[in-house]
Order: sequence, then structure tokens, then C-alpha cells
Amino acid sequence: MSNDACTQIRTFITTKFPDVTFSDEEDIFALGFVNSLFAMELVMFIEKAFGTRIPNEELHLGNFRSVSLMADLVARQTSAAVG
Amino acid sequence: MKAETRRGPADLAEVGRFVDLEIAPRANTFEREEWIPREVLSRVADLGLWAPFLPPEFDGEAMDMVTVGRVHEEIGRGCSGLRSLLTVHSMVSASVHRWGEPAQQEQWLRALARGEKLGAFCLTEPDHSGSDSTAEGTTAVRDQDGWILNGRKKWITGGQVADVFMVFATTGAGTSTFLVESDRPGVRVTPLPHVMGTTASMLAEIEFTDVRLEPTALLGPQGWAAGTVMTNALDLGRYSVACGSVGIIRAAIEACAAYTSVRSAGGVLLRDLPHVRQMMSGMVTARDAARLLCEKAGALKDAGDPATIMATWVAKYHASTSAVRIAGDAVQIHGANGFSPDYPVGRLYRDSKVTEVIEGSTQVQELTIAAEAYREVAQ
Repeated sequence: MSNDACTQIRTFITTKFPDVTFSDEEDIFALGFVNSLFAMELVMFIEKAFGTRIPNEELHLGNFRSVSLMADLVARQTSAAVG
Repeated sequence: MKAETRRGPADLAEVGRFVDLEIAPRANTFEREEWIPREVLSRVADLGLWAPFLPPEFDGEAMDMVTVGRVHEEIGRGCSGLRSLLTVHSMVSASVHRWGEPAQQEQWLRALARGEKLGAFCLTEPDHSGSDSTAEGTTAVRDQDGWILNGRKKWITGGQVADVFMVFATTGAGTSTFLVESDRPGVRVTPLPHVMGTTASMLAEIEFTDVRLEPTALLGPQGWAAGTVMTNALDLGRYSVACGSVGIIRAAIEACAAYTSVRSAGGVLLRDLPHVRQMMSGMVTARDAARLLCEKAGALKDAGDPATIMATWVAKYHASTSAVRIAGDAVQIHGANGFSPDYPVGRLYRDSKVTEVIEGSTQVQELTIAAEAYREVAQ
């Protein structure tokens, strides 16, 4: 997990939802503020910020539940692109 | 539909001439007959306008989204029914490009880019509004051979002529998306005539009865992420409707400028009356503001920036509500003639109202845009 990726993802989320507090490990979907619009924004943000295209098989809830899981997804995608 | 020749895409000036010569003069006829002839759809293909944003490897032109928006504006200036067909076809084409497996892209994208196959977007159901897209009565059940699709979709733009339907259905994993050929056994298409606006968009109700689909009919991820497929497509549709609304405003301005330049009241040309000038000024200002908002949304799409989603909501909200108000003013300026099929403004008024309902109603947009305001203030 990249701290830099965590920071960028967290910043993106808190900019959109400044009233919500959560840890990097916390299930953000359980907090109830993620709707379909924001889910799309999350996907677009990760793809643009980290220069990757998330494949269909990686687009499942388990990869987006927390900041750290999204950072892990970024790490996998960027390393796959390099490799 | 088969395009005999194709080049393109046309530049905007050529699209404008196409609209001036071949679309706008016939739009009232298209509305009255509730049909756009195949030869017109073939001309759109000839000009390369069905899905020019696709990359050249799939016979597109990699057209940027700002220009795509201007194309939809031009077409919307001539006929909202035709623009509506472009809207849903774009949604299907972009979705297959974004989410499709290589085999699906090979199967569909060139035909969609060339307009040889037309796509339609099937979300709304008879008992569930499009705004309540989580409540879907259409189901797809997996078996050893693939999927079995059952259910009904309503208010499907282009449904009477589409070759492939992009269908949202409930599956075990939640919602999923399927590509369904219109000639599959078990697919029944019923035209929906005599609607109030965009009557030339060839609306249909689509019924699926035990339609068998191969496993490869599934488009994109299932479950939670299928919502992303839907949101992504609706965002593009919203953008197209916003740009088409700018086209309606332009058509209203053109009609009113022509009418008030020859029509007199009390010995004075209407164009010289202050209250007419006031309405014309409002039209021009709203047109320019709406177009700027559309261009902003399009530029953000080209940059892959997630801010495009909210920018598109804002563009569509302003453009559609302005189109309704301005088309109403246009009818008012025309007086009794505004109700006549001899003039375009009655059609513009009817078509404009549709833009406030589809791809996110004005009221749903207000929920979303207002929430953004509260988020901004809270930062």
C-alpha cells in the first residue's frame, strides 16, 4: 500500500465529503455517503490520478471499501502497467 | 442500416449545412409522421456522426467530446428526435468501448461507428421510473448455457429501429448490463405513438420473454460496479441532452428573429418592440451561458476529470430549463402562429419539455446540484 496513494485518495474523498471522518481501513460504504455518482467519480479519479485503467475484473466492491484497499488496487494496476 | 459510403466526420460547418438543408425543413414532418426515414439515418452515417468519439481502430475519428457536443447541438437545432437517437446510440457505443471485452468490441463497435447497427438504452420500466433505477423488474437468470432474460422496458428512445439494446436487469449479483440483439427470439417491440414531444425519436416498449443470451452478452462488471456502467452512460446521455437543448435555444432564436423581422403589430415590426427585444436578449444570453457550461463539461470529459459529472449536471440543468423557458417565449412571440405546424416553435416547445424529464429530471438534478452547494460550503 502506498502512503502517497492513500493520501491522494483520502484528500479526494474528504474534499467531496468534508463532514465525514473515517480511517484508511474503515469501510466507507458502511458510512452511507457513497452513492452511484460518487462511485463513478472515485473510479474516474483513480484512473486519472494514477494514470491507469481499472479492468472489469477489478471493479468490485471489495476493492473500493476503504482507502487502503483502493491504494492496494492502485499499486496492483500501476505495477502491472510497469511490468 | 447500411451506409453505402462513409467518410468523415464532417466538420461543424458541414453538419450545419446538413441540418439547414436536410433536417430542419423536414423536422415538422418527422414530428407529424412520428418517424425519421432510413435515408436520413444513412446520411448521418455518411457524415460519420453516429459515434465519432470512438478511436480509428473501430472506425471512429477519436473526436473530442467538446466537438461531439457541438455536433449534438447542431443536430438538436434541427430535430430533437434525431438528436435523441444520437444520444442513446452514443451511450451504447461509449459503453461497449469502455466496458466491453475485446470480443464484444470487435462484434459491435465498427458497426455502431458506421451506423450499420443502431443502439438503444433500456433502463426505464413500466412500473419503475428511470430515476429509481435500483428498482428493476427485469431479471436475468444464469443457467448452464448463459442467461435467460425476462421483463419489460418502456420509453425506449429509438426502440423501433435499434438493432441492439443495452439492457439493465437484476441478477443474483445485483444489477447487470446485457447487449441484446433486437431480432432475438422472445424480444417484442411495440411502438409508443402520440407522445407529447420528440415524437420522431421512435419510442418503443420492449418486452423480453425467456430471451436466451450467451454468456458473452454480459457487458462490464456485475453487482456494485454495474452501477458505474449505468452512471457512466447516463452522464454521456445527460451531456448530449444538454447540448441538444442549446440547439433548441438556437432554433428558437432563429425562428423568432425571422418572424419578428417581417411581422408587424400596430404598424411596428415586432422586432422593434421593447418586450420582444427583452425576450430575444434573454434567449441569446441563455444560449451562450448554456454552451459555455456544455463546453466546460466536455473539456472535463476529454481530460478524464471526475468533475465532469457535476459539471454535466449543471450544464444539463441550465440548458434544459432555459430551453423550456425560451421555447415558451418563442411561442408567445409567434402568437397564434406559434401553435401552427407551419412554424417550428410549437415543436420546439414540445421537444424542450422532454429535456427536463430525461437523463435526470429537473427535480433530481436539483437534489444533486444543491447537495454540491452544501458540500462546498462545508469545506
